Order: sequence, then structure tokens, then C-alpha cells
Amino acid sequence: MAIAALEQPSPRWAPRLSRRLRALNRYPVIPMFLLGLVVVVGIFANWIAPHDPTDGSLRARNLPPAWGDPRIAEKLVVEVPESGQLLYQISLEDAQETHPNAAIGDTVEVVTRAGGSFKYVLGTDQLGRDILSRIIFGARISLIVAAVTLCVGGGIGVLIGLVSGWYGGWADELLMRLVDIILSLPLILVALVLVVAIGQSFEMIIAVLALWIWPRFARMVRGEVLQLKNLDYVALAQVAGASTPRILFTHLFPGTINTLIVVATLQVGIVILVEATLSFLGAGVPPPEPAWGSMVADGRDRLVDAWWVATMPGIAILITVMSLNLFGDWLRDRLDPKLRQME
Amino acid sequence: MQRFLVRRLLITLITLFAVSIIIFIMARISGDPRTLMLGDFATQEQYDRVGRDLGLDKSYFEQYWLFLKDLGRGDFGDSVKERKPARDVIGERIVATLELGGAAFLFSLLVGVPLGVLSAVRRGSIFDQIGKLLALVGQSAPTFWLGIMLIFFFAVRLDWVPPSGRQDWNSIFLPAVTLGWFFVAANMRLVRSAMLDVLDSEYVKLARAKGVSSLSLIWKHALRNALIPPLTFAGVTLGNLVAGSITTELVFAWPGLGLLAIQATLVSDYPVLQGVVIIFTLMYVAAAFLVDIAYAYIDPRIRYA
Repeated sequence: MAIAALEQPSPRWAPRLSRRLRALNRYPVIPMFLLGLVVVVGIFANWIAPHDPTDGSLRARNLPPAWGDPRIAEKLVVEVPESGQLLYQISLEDAQETHPNAAIGDTVEVVTRAGGSFKYVLGTDQLGRDILSRIIFGARISLIVAAVTLCVGGGIGVLIGLVSGWYGGWADELLMRLVDIILSLPLILVALVLVVAIGQSFEMIIAVLALWIWPRFARMVRGEVLQLKNLDYVALAQVAGASTPRILFTHLFPGTINTLIVVATLQVGIVILVEATLSFLGAGVPPPEPAWGSMVADGRDRLVDAWWVATMPGIAILITVMSLNLFGDWLRDRLDPKLRQME
Repeated sequence: MQRFLVRRLLITLITLFAVSIIIFIMARISGDPRTLMLGDFATQEQYDRVGRDLGLDKSYFEQYWLFLKDLGRGDFGDSVKERKPARDVIGERIVATLELGGAAFLFSLLVGVPLGVLSAVRRGSIFDQIGKLLALVGQSAPTFWLGIMLIFFFAVRLDWVPPSGRQDWNSIFLPAVTLGWFFVAANMRLVRSAMLDVLDSEYVKLARAKGVSSLSLIWKHALRNALIPPLTFAGVTLGNLVAGSITTELVFAWPGLGLLAIQATLVSDYPVLQGVVIIFTLMYVAAAFLVDIAYAYIDPRIRYA
């Protein structure tokens, strides 16, 4: 049998397929796919989400995910349930709706909470809001926060890193001490203090997160500039009379881009985690916006009753950040192998 | 070495000084404390008198100087909520936080170091794979969510440990694991890469050539040197552990500084909040300082950099 199989000419598509598979193996396919999914879902949230993320239906409170079982309880059929005994007693009239033969004194099985349905695939929260839709809109919020933070914080960090590395001396010393100081602040606490002092808003969370990430960018860009600025082409540019901003932005900045992309990718993961943490603590994106962190907070006290409320958004965070980390690691190996050795 | 010490100490002091300025500014923008203390029906006279008592009529420089002097004496002001010195309120809670941090640190070493060694010695084996997965999850899962999931499985479903609080001896396990997980990943990666370097070194090859058994080679000769990076990292870890304890303490209702800070936020108890920020910063800066000194002591190259 084995020999016969060997002798058979392999189908024409086989080598092509195996080549394709090998090519795929070189890319982090799954993380890239998941990241693409998060981005697409976030951008087109309005069209993709099956329900309104902030408007719940009180009839559909605490529904389990699609695969969840209905909750069934045994209740005693009575004429009129005593007050406070509704958990164990049911009126004859209500009982007969589902059990036509029920009589007073019987025990009947009643569905106290519907099972899962595909109308609410991941279930609903305590206000009857669809969790899947909230996760989808939450992706949009995470993306916006991450993008704006990266532009503001990354921009400031790059600028300070370029200046600090280029000029050196006391300016460098001053700026790098500032970086040390900010990195030694307990930033979650500082964010809490700022929220108490000034109030909770979207701008506030961006400011806090930008404050959080710029030192990391500055330090990295400075290190790169220190290496680049001694190269001959920079000296040549100076001799040719290029202005300082021109040297910084057209001669030095492009040299940092590879490292910058890697650091930015890995930082986005951290930014999403910190944003989620702040939202969980009630100091992040203000409600009723469906931020992933505050969704976990919503479900925290209802684990026994409705475990999915806290679990699902956490999985969304986990998947997103994990994909970013895997993708960032791959980028680092591709673009900047020397960063790997620094660890 | 002396020059390095002096320079490092100076940097630490400057950092603390800058942090005190930041905290002072934040205290001023959080609003006039008189509006909270006096209520709506206070007269201008009362207003001025309380202002004089608190030193609000002085210039900002003088106010800052007073603030600094109070800080030097460990006086953060009185807790608005509990009506006693913020220092005492903080003192009651600090033991719980240190206990949690210590347990989490121990956990991260006990799990991270063996996993790091195993994944370095048996590259590509099942240990290496498990280690990689643990590290990835540890770095990607939000701490608060991890804590909630652990509560759900081990306290609600299995009922092995209490879900929250600090009453029973076994209530430390879940918070310690939650807080320590991230650092398991960090320790594992550090030990792994250090171990790979050490195993490749001449003296390990020599020991092997002399016929040292591979068990004693790995755990005695190699590990001793591979432990230097995680131990130097430990200072930073401890600082981060303390800061990371905020969400963990909230999730597990662990009565430490982090929970205190959040409770203070909810009632705008500014003196307490300020005290916690200072304590946390102090811990972090002190840890970083000690690590740098230890590092320079071990590795002379650092001193001259």
C-alpha cells in the first residue's frame, strides 16, 4: 500500500499548496487575522453590531450566551403567592399557562430564565444590553483611544527623544531625568487623583495615557539618535549646511522608524491594558460608552448569577493584546533584531 | 564607586523633589479645601480665618515650603473621612499590602525560575512551550480580569478558598497568584535568556568536561549565575508589585494601600490619596536605587558608564 502510494504522482496542486503553507508559516497569520478583525469590527461597528450597545431591553436581562441552558426551578402552585415567596411559589393562573393540568398543591417546573439564543450570541448584561454589540463598540473605543494616545504621546516622545539625543549635554540630562521621574510615578494612582481633581472625560484619559507612554518613546528614540548622529552622512549633511530641524526630521528620524514601529506595536497593547484598567476602576472612558474595562467591572458582582458579563469582554482584551504582542515580537525579529538582544 | 553612589543618590533626591512638586500642584488644582470644610453658609470672616489656619493666605512658594516641611515629618494632613491623621490611616493598611506583595513575589520566583531553567535546558520541549504560553498570557491578560476569573473558578465553583477579604489563612492564595502572574512571565524570560548564555560559557563547559553531573551542573553551577538578572530585576519588580496591587486589592477586597487609595478617591479624601501616592513613589524609587547600587556592586562596568 505504502509503495503504491509513493508511486502515485502527487496531484499538481500539492507542491504549490505546501509552498503556500510554508510561506504562511513565516507570517504570524492568526495574530494578524485577529488584529485585522478587531480593526474592521471597530471601524464598521455601526453596521456589524446586531443591537444598540447602550440601549437594553429589560425583558432580556442577564440572558446567557447562545449555548447556555435555561434556568428551571420547581415551584409550589398556590392560589396567591405570599409576598416574599415568589421564588418558591407560583399562582395557579401563571402555572396553567405552561402546565394546563396544574392544580393547587402540585409542584411544577418553571423556566425562570430563558436559555441562550442566537439573538444575543454572547448573552446580555443586567440592563439587558447585548454583550456582543457592546464588545464590538468597545473595540472602536479601544482603537480610538490607542490611536490618539499613540499620536499624541508618541509624537511628543519622538520629538523629545530627537532633541535630547541630538543636543546632548544639560538638555539631555534634564529631559532624561524627567523621563525617570515620570516612569517612577504610580501612574494608575496619579490618574485616579486627576480624575478626582478635574473630572472624568475622554480628553483626560488620553492625557493620562500620553503621559504614560511618551517617556518610553523618548528614551528609545534618544538611544537611536545617539548611535546615528556619529555616522558620516549626518556630518556631511551638517557640512552641506542643513538646518537642525532638517537634520532631525529628514536625516535622523527615518533611521529610527524600524525601532519605532516595533515599540509602537508593543506599546499599543500596553495602552489598551492600561485603558481597560482605568475604565475598570471607573477612571477611564466615562459611561455609558461600552469600554471593555468597565464592562468587566459591571459583571464583577454577578459571577454566580451571570458569569458571562465579566468573562466575555475580558476575553476580547486578552485576544487583542495577545495578538498585538505576538505581532510585535514578530515585527521585532523582522525589523530590529538587536532589540531582542537587549532584553 | 563613591562617585557613582553620590550621583545616584542625587538623582534619587531630585526625583523625590520633583514628585513632591507634582503632588503639591495636583493638591492645588483639586479645589479649595475650604468649600468642603465650611459649607455654603460660611461668612467671609470664617473663610479668611480658616484660610489663615491652613496657610492659604501665603504665597505659593511659602505654601510649598510648609507642605514640604510637613512631608519631612511624615505628616500628610488629616483624613477627611476618618478625622484622624492620614499617616495613621495609611499605617494601618501598609502591612496588608506588603504581605500581598511579598507573597506574589515569592510565587513569581517559585514558578518563574524553575520554568525558566527547564525551558532553557530543554529548548523546544513541552516545558518551553508551556513557559511561552504562560508568559504570553501573563503579559496579555488584564490583572483585574485574571483575578475575577480565578475567583469564579476557585472560590465560586470549586469553593476551595474564600473569594475575598483577609480573614482566613488561605485567602492570600488567589490575590498572590493574580498579582504574581505577570512577574512569573518576566522572571521566566530573564532566567531563560541568562541561562542560555551561562550554559554556553567556558566554565560550564569545563565543569561538564570534568564530569560534573548534569543535574548539579544546571542547578548549582549555571543557575547561580543565571539568577543575577532576575534578582537585580527584583527591585523593579517589587516597586511594580506595589503599584499593581491597586486593582488586585480592589478585586479581592484586600484591605491594603491600593484599596485605601480607591476608597479615598470615592470620597475625595485628598490627604490620604496624596499619602498613598507618596508612599508608592518612595517604595519604587528606593527599590530602583538599591537595585542600581547592587548592580554596580556586582558588575563593575556599570559604575563607569
